[in-house]
Amino acid sequence: MKAKADAIDHPVESPYLPRIARVADSKKFTDKETWLRIEFPDGAGIQYSAGQFMEVGVFGVGESPISICSGPGHRHDLEMCVRNVGDVTRAISSAKTGDTLAVRGPFGNGFDMDSVAGRDLLFVAGGLGLVPCRSFIQAALDQREKFNRVIILYGARTPADLLFPDDLSAWAKRNDCEFLATVDRGNETWTGNTGVITTLFRKMARIDPVNTVAFIIGPPVMFKFAVLEALAMGMRKTAIYCSLERRMKCGLGKCGHCQIRDIYVCQEGPIFSYAEVIKLREGI
Amino acid sequence: MLPQVLLKNRFDEFVRFLMATSRVAAPVSKGPQFVFDFLHDPKDVGRVRMDYDISILPPKKYLLETHENLLEFAGRDPASAKAAIQSRPTVLLGVHPYDLHAIATADAFFSLAPADPYYQARRAATKLVGVNVQAPANDNQFQADMGTLEPPQGGFELFMTDLGDRYFVEVGSADGAAMMKASGLFVPAGPAEHKSKQNYDRIKAGNFVKKLPYDTRYLPEMLNASYDSLLWEAIARRCFSCGTCTNVCPTCFCFDVQDKLNIDAVSGKRRRVWDSCQLRVFAEVAGGENFREHRASRTRHRMFRKGKYIFDRTGRTGCVGCGRCIYHCVANISILEAFLQIAGEAAEIVSAEPKR
Repeated sequence: MKAKADAIDHPVESPYLPRIARVADSKKFTDKETWLRIEFPDGAGIQYSAGQFMEVGVFGVGESPISICSGPGHRHDLEMCVRNVGDVTRAISSAKTGDTLAVRGPFGNGFDMDSVAGRDLLFVAGGLGLVPCRSFIQAALDQREKFNRVIILYGARTPADLLFPDDLSAWAKRNDCEFLATVDRGNETWTGNTGVITTLFRKMARIDPVNTVAFIIGPPVMFKFAVLEALAMGMRKTAIYCSLERRMKCGLGKCGHCQIRDIYVCQEGPIFSYAEVIKLREGI
Repeated sequence: MLPQVLLKNRFDEFVRFLMATSRVAAPVSKGPQFVFDFLHDPKDVGRVRMDYDISILPPKKYLLETHENLLEFAGRDPASAKAAIQSRPTVLLGVHPYDLHAIATADAFFSLAPADPYYQARRAATKLVGVNVQAPANDNQFQADMGTLEPPQGGFELFMTDLGDRYFVEVGSADGAAMMKASGLFVPAGPAEHKSKQNYDRIKAGNFVKKLPYDTRYLPEMLNASYDSLLWEAIARRCFSCGTCTNVCPTCFCFDVQDKLNIDAVSGKRRRVWDSCQLRVFAEVAGGENFREHRASRTRHRMFRKGKYIFDRTGRTGCVGCGRCIYHCVANISILEAFLQIAGEAAEIVSAEPKR
C-alpha cells in the first residue's frame, strides 16, 4: 500500500464539525430532565424556526438529536431540555455553567408560524413533548397579537414530572391564553386535573374547528388519542401538526436511522401535518 | 474516444503503470470465492483475477469504508475537533457493470443536498476500470431486469471486455483516455476486434435472461401496491435480522455515528460505521419506542429501499440485480423471489377492483 504521505487533505468544511456552545444557565426540572441555555462564544448567534432540532455532543461520548425549546428567530442563545436516558444525554445533562458542548444545526424543516397568523392555536403536549412544543408556544406568546386564541393543554405522569414550572405558572396567570394541565396520577398536594390528556379536551372552552390549528406533540399513544379528539371536534387533518421523534445520527439525510419510507425526518421533518403522517403509514 | 485494444501479455504492465501513481484494488481469489483487495507490491499483479465471477463484498467498501473517521478530537473540548477528510488516489480495477451502476447510485445519493464531502473526496480520487462479464455468477442474479448488464453512461474511466488474447477497452471519461495515452500500451481497435466484441455481446445476451414478468420501470408501483401484503410477514418468519444482506449490498449506505476513544481514553475519533436497517435497534429512539420493531417492517423496508425509495430519491436504481443478498442469506431469503411474488399480488388487486 502507498505510504500515508501521499494522502490528500481536503480543506473542505465538514458538516460533522460542530460549533462550540457554552452552557450559560441550567436547571434540573426533575430527576431525569435538565433544562440548559447555551450561547455561542463566536458571537454569530443562531437562526432557527419552531420545531427544529440540534445535534448536541460531548466528544468521547457521542452525539444526540435534541429539540430546541426556546422561541424561534435570530438569537444569541437557545434553550433545550434533555432527558437523561443514556450516555450522551447523561453527559449533556451534567454540563455545568461555563462548560462547552459541541453542537450542530439547526436541522429539520421547522414550522413557519406566519403561515398560521390570525388562526386559533391549540397546543397539546404530553410528557417530554412539551419540550419541542414550547418552541411553538413561545413563538405564539412572543408575538401574541399575530394570533387569535392560544390554548395550551399539557399532561404529565405525576406532578413531580411537570417540566418548565415557571412557564406553567406564567401561562396560568396570563389572561390572553387558556392553559390547562393534567397528571395521570396526582398526589396529596395536587389540586389540578387528574386523568389522561384527552380529558382536557372536554374541559376547555369550545373551539372553532375551522379556524383552529393544533400542534399535538407527545408519545405515539397520546398522539393517536389526541388526534381522535381533534378530529371529533371537527378539525381538519391538514391543520393538525405533530413532531416525529427519531434517532437522527447525521442530520443530513444520509445515515438512514430517521428514514420513514422514502422520507428522511431530519430533512423533511420532524414537523408533519396529520394528513402527511397518515400517508407515511409508518410515522407514528 | 473510440475503443482501444490492450494485449493480455501487456496487462501486468498496465496494472504496474496504475500502481505507480495510485493504490490499486482488484479482484483476487479467497478460498473458492473472490474479494477486492489492494495490490501491495508489483508481485501481486499475478493475483489479479479479471475472470472472477463476483466478489463477496462490493467495491463500495473503498468509497464508504466500514469504519470511516469523520472528526478527530484531542479531548472533550470541542475546539480541539478537526475534520478528517482524506483521500488517496485509488484505482478500482475489474469492477463489473452492476457494481459500476451501484457506484453511480452512490454518487447520486451522496450528492443529494446536503452533499457528503467525505464520500465525494474519496470518489473524486478514485478511478474505475470496469470489466465485462459474459455469464451470470449464479442463479440469484437478475441484471437483465435491473438494466445493469452494460456499464452506466459515464461515471467510470475504462471498461474492458475479454476477447481471449486481448481486451477490448471502451473509454468512459477524459481521465480514462488520459490513462490510456500515458500508459502507451493501447492501440486502436480494428475491424476484427469490433467484430469479436459483437460476438461477445451476442453470447452474453443469450446468457442473461429477464426473470421478472414485468418491466422494472413498474417495480416501484408494484411494491406500493403490495405494501399491506402478508408477504413481508412470510419473509420475516425466516429472517434472523442478522444484517448480512445489507453488508453485502452495493447500494446499502446506512451508517451509525460513534465516538471511539484512543488508548489515552481522552482523545479519539468520531467515526461512521456500517449499520443495518435489519438490526432490531436501528429505528429505536431514546424512550425505547421502536418504529420498526417488527421484523416484517424491517424486511419490507429493505426491499422497498432497493426497489423504490432509492430510485425515488436519486433517479437511479436501488438494486442492481447482483444477487449478493440472496447468495449470502443464511435463511435463503430472495429479493428476486419477493419481486416475483408481488407481480401476482398486484394483478390480484387490479382484478379485485369493482368493475363499473
